[in-house]
Amino acid sequence: MTDPDDRADRAGSADADGGGVASTWDGPSQPWLLNGDCRGRQHRSLLLEITTRAVFPTVLVFSVYLLLVGHYGPGGGFSAGLVAGLAFVLRHIAGGGGDLGTGRVVRPPTVFGTGMAVAVLSALLPLAFGLGVLESAKLGVTLPVLGTIEVQTSLLLEVGVYLLIVGVVLELLRSLGTGIERDLDEAGEQPES
Amino acid sequence: MNAASTIITLPVLLPLLGAAVSVVFARSAMLQRVVGIVVLAAVAALAAVLLVMADTSGPVVASLGGWAAPVGIALVADRLSALLLLVSSLVTLAVLVYAIDQRIADYGRGTASTTFHPMYLMLSAGVSLAYLTGDLFTLFVAFEVMLTASYVLISRRTSATRVRAGMTYVTVSLMSSLLFLTAIALVYAATGTVNLADLAGRMDALPGELRTVLGLMLLVVFGIKAAIVPLHFWLPDSYPNAPGPVAALFAGLLTKVGFYALLRTQTLLFSRDEPWMLMLVLAVATMLVGALGALAQNDLNRLLSFLLVSHIGFMLFGLAVFDPEGVGGAALYAAHHITVLATLFLVSGLITRRTGTVALDQMGGLARTAPGLAVLFAIPAMTLAGLPPTAGFVAKLALLEAGVGVGNAAVAVAAVVMVASLLTLVALVRVWVRVFWGEPRPPLPDDDPDDEVVVGTAATAAPMYAATAGLVAVSLAIAVFAGPLTEITDRAGTDLLDRGPYRVAVLGGAP
Amino acid sequence: MIIVPTINLTMAVTVAVLYAVGFYLLLSRSLMRVLIGVVVLGHASNLLLQLAGGPPARPPIVGTDPAAMADPLPQALALTAIVITFALTTFLLALGYRSFVLVGHDEVQDDVEDRRIGRQKADPVGLGSDEGDGDDSDDSDDSADSGAGDRVASTDDAVEATATGERERP
Repeated sequence: MTDPDDRADRAGSADADGGGVASTWDGPSQPWLLNGDCRGRQHRSLLLEITTRAVFPTVLVFSVYLLLVGHYGPGGGFSAGLVAGLAFVLRHIAGGGGDLGTGRVVRPPTVFGTGMAVAVLSALLPLAFGLGVLESAKLGVTLPVLGTIEVQTSLLLEVGVYLLIVGVVLELLRSLGTGIERDLDEAGEQPES
Repeated sequence: MNAASTIITLPVLLPLLGAAVSVVFARSAMLQRVVGIVVLAAVAALAAVLLVMADTSGPVVASLGGWAAPVGIALVADRLSALLLLVSSLVTLAVLVYAIDQRIADYGRGTASTTFHPMYLMLSAGVSLAYLTGDLFTLFVAFEVMLTASYVLISRRTSATRVRAGMTYVTVSLMSSLLFLTAIALVYAATGTVNLADLAGRMDALPGELRTVLGLMLLVVFGIKAAIVPLHFWLPDSYPNAPGPVAALFAGLLTKVGFYALLRTQTLLFSRDEPWMLMLVLAVATMLVGALGALAQNDLNRLLSFLLVSHIGFMLFGLAVFDPEGVGGAALYAAHHITVLATLFLVSGLITRRTGTVALDQMGGLARTAPGLAVLFAIPAMTLAGLPPTAGFVAKLALLEAGVGVGNAAVAVAAVVMVASLLTLVALVRVWVRVFWGEPRPPLPDDDPDDEVVVGTAATAAPMYAATAGLVAVSLAIAVFAGPLTEITDRAGTDLLDRGPYRVAVLGGAP
Repeated sequence: MIIVPTINLTMAVTVAVLYAVGFYLLLSRSLMRVLIGVVVLGHASNLLLQLAGGPPARPPIVGTDPAAMADPLPQALALTAIVITFALTTFLLALGYRSFVLVGHDEVQDDVEDRRIGRQKADPVGLGSDEGDGDDSDDSDDSADSGAGDRVASTDDAVEATATGERERP
């Protein structure tokens, strides 16, 4: 969001190269989740790291659940996005900025830009069907085993919001989390925590 | 219904989509520029269509998501909002062209900016939404979209000075936004609706004291945003520190959006039959404090900021008169003010690029070294001072005519309008004498060569002049088409005070 | 949907206290305090929005009787307001940190030019300056329109040199 971002991005990728960890998002070639190559050893918390390993994927799955269930129940794109974002925050706390740098193959601005584009397009999409802007409809599909599955077209908007929020949280972690850590490193200070 | 719904939502959705595209393709400077210009040109075209539609067949209304008005969110374009949207989008477009060319001139063609274009388009979307919404809460959202983008724009490329300016601006704006939210909560508690057309009817049923309180709260909220004295102090503090084109955009648009919201809510929700004494007092204070403040300044941008505040008072005068001519005159004045202030700030940017400073006592002789710049400054300056052949004169005349018709207090304030115009003229003549006359001075050296800001050279791309000249042309066009425009704003004023057409268009059926 | 006949005193007092605390914090110079003030004020207005929708403790939108359930609109409004407050909180955090990097603290400085004009005939030395220590290590290439407007009009070195309240960053 603010200026330090691009440098943070470069710093992140430099960490990735230095760590020698494959940069695929969560491929099996890298240590799952926390690569162990995080900030100063004395700042590591074993308990937190192990918990994060267990919780991170669960939270992501839960966020998708919230996203899908949002039309009729509590949830929706914003809450789901925040929950997913919290998973990344947890990971950032446990693993530090370097970990987040290796765990990401897409630039956060791309994520929230795509989210915004999806949301706006989903608002304009009904025009193609002769409906007004932002109108939604219910689509039903009958599958052989699962029965009837109904989807609200407004789910598309929610997906856009979800991506937007996840992207914004990642961007914040990059600029305010990693960026500040980097600034502190450059100033020769140890990050507190 | 469908065509209208499309045309009225696109001025909001297109800039949003453009912003998203600009974010995703942040590495491609060319694409960002093309997207920005195409989107804003499209918005201007749509605004022109909306103005014609609203003027010929009444307010254009779209219900979002197919939910009819009191329940759902309605977008409404009547003459006032369509006119201001048209002028604003033209200014936004011209300023964008200027900003792009400035960047090309300073950094070369290939460099991309990750935040400027998305935030610029976000701001444009917020402005469109603020003009078009028919819903108090959506107005809040529109303000937030607009202001959040403006926060980022004003504190980008942060020097210490700009961080300080950004802090003041953000804190004051945030306070006003939170007050707005509070006012919305109270309005909803009292009436059970946030739809403006619906509110118009329900407000009338409320006890007088409650109406007064709610009206004053909204006055304070929009007074901060429109920089009404004594709520103006943040403006001369923050705008001059913004980057040149950004300052021009803010000066042109943001306060006027605040004034539009004030005009809309006060006429629609808190209708009155006689001139509004409080507003007359505020108008006098705003005109005089702004004009006198401008006389004391040595910084060109600060001087323009104070003049900006001063001329907000002229519009307040039109609102205070509270008759169709006054409100219509205020609308016309707002349209003229948007173009002329943006132009003056752009010219100030061009001057600074030549002289390397904004301090008036460090400049001189530009009339000889840059005669084109002198012309570009002289025309909007005369317009702002309200000298006869210009748009400023037409708009001011409309206000004065409205003023003399409604009683002694208004006549007295009309005299203050003349005084404030005179002071404006004095301030601008001071600028003229300091900057354009006298011995030419060599440009000051770039005091911080590391910051890549090219200052104090004549390296000014021709398109920057062209964009500024385009805005001058818009302002001249307002003068040339003063007749039809005055008719439109008169009808807009009648509509605003009558309230009937707006409510019928939004709610359907009898009001 | 109409004016609630009796006011829940507890909630009214809570809202009042939140507003008082929020506005008090908003008045301070430190941006961190301002930030906390904004957060508290955001809570206050959201609580007020909720109260505007009717008395507490009604169920959410369930069933068919509108009179028995809580008004969903203020909830939607509050949710939107929360999103906006969230965005602005993060922005203020970034701004405060930026100020910390540039100036060494996060306090809002005086406007130099303002003071200069205020004392135009007086001795210009000793005014507060908000010029930073020139630390522009973070001025990345991400700066589109290079504002020419960031020239402080003052060229008086004495004004710029006397930076009050400025701490060098370690």
